[in-house]
Amino acid sequence: MSEYAIKVENLGKHYRIGAQVDRFRTLRDTIADTVTWPLRALRGQLPSGYETVWALRDVSFDVRKGQVLGVIGRNGAGKSTLLKILSRVTEPSQGRAEITGRVGSLLEVGTGFHPELTGRENIFLNGAILGMKRGEINAKMEEIIEFAGVRKFIETPVKRYSSGMYLRLAFSVAAHLEPEILVVDEVLAVGDAEFQRKCLGKMSDVAQQGRTVLFVSHDMSAILRLTDESIVLDKGQVIHRAPTQQAVDFYMSSGFSQSGERNWSADEISADAQPFCPVALRVRNPQGEVSDTMRSTEPITVELEYQLEEPIQALRLGIYLQTVRGEVVFTSFDTDSPEQYERYATRPAGHFVSRCQIPANLLNEGQYVVGLNASAFRVKRYFQDERALAFSIDAAGAPGKQWGEVRLGPVRPDLNWHIEEAA
Amino acid sequence: MTETTLPTKADTQASETLVIQPTRGLGSLNLRDLWRYRELAYFLTWRDIKVRYKQTLLGAAWAIIQPLLQMIVFNFLFGNLAEIPTDGIPRPVFTYSALLVWNLFSKALSDAGRSLVANRNMITKVYFPRLLIPLSSVLGGIVDFAIAFVILLGMMFYYEITPTVSIWTLPLFLLLALVTALGIGLWLSALNVNYRDIRYIMPFLTQFWLLASPVAYPLSEISDTWRWLYSLNPMVAVVEGFRWALVGQGSTYDAMPLLWISILSSLVLLISGLFYFRRMERTFADMV
Repeated sequence: MSEYAIKVENLGKHYRIGAQVDRFRTLRDTIADTVTWPLRALRGQLPSGYETVWALRDVSFDVRKGQVLGVIGRNGAGKSTLLKILSRVTEPSQGRAEITGRVGSLLEVGTGFHPELTGRENIFLNGAILGMKRGEINAKMEEIIEFAGVRKFIETPVKRYSSGMYLRLAFSVAAHLEPEILVVDEVLAVGDAEFQRKCLGKMSDVAQQGRTVLFVSHDMSAILRLTDESIVLDKGQVIHRAPTQQAVDFYMSSGFSQSGERNWSADEISADAQPFCPVALRVRNPQGEVSDTMRSTEPITVELEYQLEEPIQALRLGIYLQTVRGEVVFTSFDTDSPEQYERYATRPAGHFVSRCQIPANLLNEGQYVVGLNASAFRVKRYFQDERALAFSIDAAGAPGKQWGEVRLGPVRPDLNWHIEEAA
Repeated sequence: MTETTLPTKADTQASETLVIQPTRGLGSLNLRDLWRYRELAYFLTWRDIKVRYKQTLLGAAWAIIQPLLQMIVFNFLFGNLAEIPTDGIPRPVFTYSALLVWNLFSKALSDAGRSLVANRNMITKVYFPRLLIPLSSVLGGIVDFAIAFVILLGMMFYYEITPTVSIWTLPLFLLLALVTALGIGLWLSALNVNYRDIRYIMPFLTQFWLLASPVAYPLSEISDTWRWLYSLNPMVAVVEGFRWALVGQGSTYDAMPLLWISILSSLVLLISGLFYFRRMERTFADMV
């Protein structure tokens, strides 16, 4: 018996971008390609036809039996591809992985739910899809219904469920899966806050039962809570492996420019972003200097420079300010105010700078991460980078600094205290 | 001495090691996995059946109404107008029986052809033998067939047709219909993942195939010299054989060599379909 539950060696997967861009190849394309093949071969045009992109390359790691390993990385770092390969949804292009034990994978909750079927029927269907046996599902039925809290509606088609109920039921089935190895992707980011807590609790139960878990999440606090060790993926490769606390620190501080400015080069922007094209994101102090350290007592200007190749309707640009633990402090968009919203109903093509000011005496000391989002509400998300830029806040001179202790919480507002002697 | 090797927990669980690596060449059929996931096949079929007539007024009655209306139209066109012979079988029985088995086939074919794309959300998120999807689509049509079959029994009673021993061969012809539909369905569904043209080709395919099968006319209308070629279409054996099994006479389907041609061509479809499907399977999740 091997002591490893998962052993990955030089695993890699590439996609042909040509094939990805025109996803719906038609027969005509293939016939045309085949017919013109000799001609293009003569002209030496063949290799340029497809460009391959490695979503994952030379990835090697192992997971001991009973270990809970976290996987962190930015969007597009290859986390999902890795999980898809390990759960056998897609095949690797190179390398190998050995898995010892029954695998249950949760790349999504509620896979295969059919809107016309009742809650109970969907539990059977979804359970079977996740690899449970009918007897197993029957035995756990009551528990699943109880956990989801949908007993009253269990004989109702799920299309009549609220989205919260739907997700709770979906997660509940998944949570009762009992494989020896569990591969989980982001599925905790569902439902309301209370249900998320419940799910996290369930997940830590799983982790404590000595099962092997591979856990991917953007939520650093969940990673910290559930895993002891983590690997950091970047551009399809494992760049770091360490106890989770260190791995999170490494991840949060790596890959960011330390200058208070982030620039985007053309190859970092996916084709989906068109016609939006980010140029730079900066933070400036009141003196106008770009720096990675800001003072808590001074206002901070966040500046976003971008280019529009074509006019976009209802475009909004926003920032998410997050702590290093991944908790969002606030979200704000450049067309939040009704006047701006009216004025930029359609934003013309051109070169723009959107600026905003984070007021003085708002942020506590520590490291912060700025995420960027460019979207048209409910129409399209042009661009998103949750971790575009990091900066730190120096709290010198902030309220309460006379005590040298660390203050909890991401904000440190000046609350204008008054003390009066009551009669 | 007493320390005989008791099986440890790890041994009894016998957790086997799964190796994931790029497959080369044709790959195997992996029947073991298919067997392991047999319950999923059941649930997927059950889902297709359960969902089919949801939110319809008439429900499962559609399984009867459809072939009945088709029969009336066919009888008018090919009976009253074209006056095509029926080998002495009462025309309603002649047409309805053929339509039943034809509908089983054409529905299975078009459902299976669309199945992979329709279930893309499952394919991109969970592993299971992909073969189960077209397979369960094919099996889902059997319930409709069974419902409509009851009417056929009623018709036979009305026309005083007593089944002979040949009725026992009926399941064989049904199986042949399903195997043929699965074979074609495997090809179409895998092709449909890459080429959505298939979606537009399928309606034509079933229409032409219907005309190329002895649904509205008997096999005896085809000249002797060409029957072997005609029998390359497995549905010739299915439709003609189904009638023969029911009525036991009148039909000319006693020509064994022709039956074998149909069976062989059906098996070629199935086996080539299986291999093509297995070959394409590894890219389904990336392409669908």
